[in-house]
Amino acid sequence: MSVVMDTARFQRRKYLNIMVLCLSVLMTMFGLFWLVWLLWTLFSQGLPYVNSTLFFKATPPPGGTGGLANGIVGSLVLTVTGVLIGAPTGVLAGTYLSEFSRKSKIAPVIRFVNDILLSAPSIIIGVFVYEIVVVPMGHFSGWAGALALAMIALPVIVRTTEDMLRLVPDNMREAAAALGAPRWKVTTAIIYRAARSGILTGVLLAVARISGETAPLLFTALNNQFWSSSLNQPMANLPVVIFQFAMSPYDDWQHLAWAGALLITLAVLGLNIVARIILKTPKMRK
Amino acid sequence: MKQRQQTGAGPEQMDRGKVLDVLFVQGTRFFAWMVLLIILAVLFALGKGALPALEKFGPGFLTSSSWNPVTEDFGALVSIYGTLVTSIIAMLIGVPVSFGIALFITELCPVWLKRPVGIAIELLAAIPSIIYGMWGLFIFAPLFADHVEPWLNSRFAGVPLLGSLLTGPPMGIGMATAGIILAIMIIPFMTAVMRDMFEVVPDVLKESAYGIGATTWEVVRRVVLPYTRAGVIGGIMLGLGRAMGETMAVTFVIGNTNRIHASLLMPGNTISSSLANEFTEAVGEIYTSSLIALGLILFFITFIVLALSRLLLHHLSRQEGLRT
Repeated sequence: MSVVMDTARFQRRKYLNIMVLCLSVLMTMFGLFWLVWLLWTLFSQGLPYVNSTLFFKATPPPGGTGGLANGIVGSLVLTVTGVLIGAPTGVLAGTYLSEFSRKSKIAPVIRFVNDILLSAPSIIIGVFVYEIVVVPMGHFSGWAGALALAMIALPVIVRTTEDMLRLVPDNMREAAAALGAPRWKVTTAIIYRAARSGILTGVLLAVARISGETAPLLFTALNNQFWSSSLNQPMANLPVVIFQFAMSPYDDWQHLAWAGALLITLAVLGLNIVARIILKTPKMRK
Repeated sequence: MKQRQQTGAGPEQMDRGKVLDVLFVQGTRFFAWMVLLIILAVLFALGKGALPALEKFGPGFLTSSSWNPVTEDFGALVSIYGTLVTSIIAMLIGVPVSFGIALFITELCPVWLKRPVGIAIELLAAIPSIIYGMWGLFIFAPLFADHVEPWLNSRFAGVPLLGSLLTGPPMGIGMATAGIILAIMIIPFMTAVMRDMFEVVPDVLKESAYGIGATTWEVVRRVVLPYTRAGVIGGIMLGLGRAMGETMAVTFVIGNTNRIHASLLMPGNTISSSLANEFTEAVGEIYTSSLIALGLILFFITFIVLALSRLLLHHLSRQEGLRT
């Protein structure tokens, strides 16, 4: 056997390899380029209009001065209510899937459906809540918006809770059971405590996910030009205000929309980063 | 009796523990069932809402391209076409880019850079869709109209097939713009899946390929890709499902007209953008019902795509929930 190398072929393989690797670097830069561009746009368009009026005045009529205070408060109320409905439901459902469903035949189906809901179009949830809440009530309301958000948060929380509870070693369950603790106590006092930071991460990510959602609020919470303190009434919320103001022909409305867009993005990215930090800390301690 | 007293728990305490146990387990089971009930309820409510339109138009609803609120004549074809075309554009751009990024992160990237790059790409998924829409309409579309579309027009005018697809008035908004923005939005989802897949390939397989002199690309092409084929396709389907259901970003930039144009530079409509634009303004039972029927169609399409994706990703490490 000769060891003579087919130089031309070797060169071709080498160049093909270099080309693909360069392309891969280019693709990564392409991906990061959009993130930088988006953030730069948000800061340059939104930052000049972030001031105290933004946080303390309600949305103005065209040409008037005002801020986004009712939208910000409304978004907080809707998000918090949504999570208060979605988190307990999601954590308990996740607990069942992780802890009590070993012999269940329905659990894999639930898991499968939950994974589909995780990526399902949020506008469908909006139409659904419109059908079951807005139509019977006869008007748009904050409750409908909160419910729609809860349904979007739910699959995220179910999934993270199950994942996180599964990370808790079985030894802990066995040790607690050996001491005579009933299953509810094993779960609430031992397993939840061990998985606390993981569950919290899931809830925070769900908050991040729903605080920027617009589509499901369009037909549920709608919007409100004024202060709305009752969940029974249509409720102002940042995403829909941004949508309406951005699409409007008035300059000051568009400026407010950019300022709102900056606020919402910072909040969502901040939540994402905090969630990651919370998840990482206990692992690093080990 | 004797044994119980020895363990210190009286019969009453034992019984109470048992009752609480049953309550707790059944309670969690109830909430798990809620997930299943929700999807059934969505199907039922959409079906019920869509019934008047489906009864009036029959199967012709799917193939009719009319959308006229005045004469109450509705069809889903334009919206379905728009949804499919924008998603296909998004896949054509998004799949190679996601593959490149996943390749970079798993095979090329120095270890210290892995986490920052990974997180930065994931943050693309965290940015709310309405932000993409605003940026697309006010920043991207004008640039696209001024610099890219005239170039496309001069480059492809007269070329068969591509000529009719890629030329048109330089408006900035339209199907092409929507497709490009969708591509950016689904890149993080597909990248995450592909990355997870590439990382589970056993090192021994890769090392043996390197050992006989394969280049990095050959290892990826001949070892990594065949090993992870199902998962990569699953990831692509996940991206497709996301692209088809995306609403706000598309609503901003697609132009919202109910006509099918040959050119990708012309405005159009998708199922989700029709819903977002018209649902609150729809008057009359048939109009609303037709919109809900559109929603039902979207539900079916995305359900099938996402279900296929999940079946392919079945054996993947279960960390997806963390990426929302």
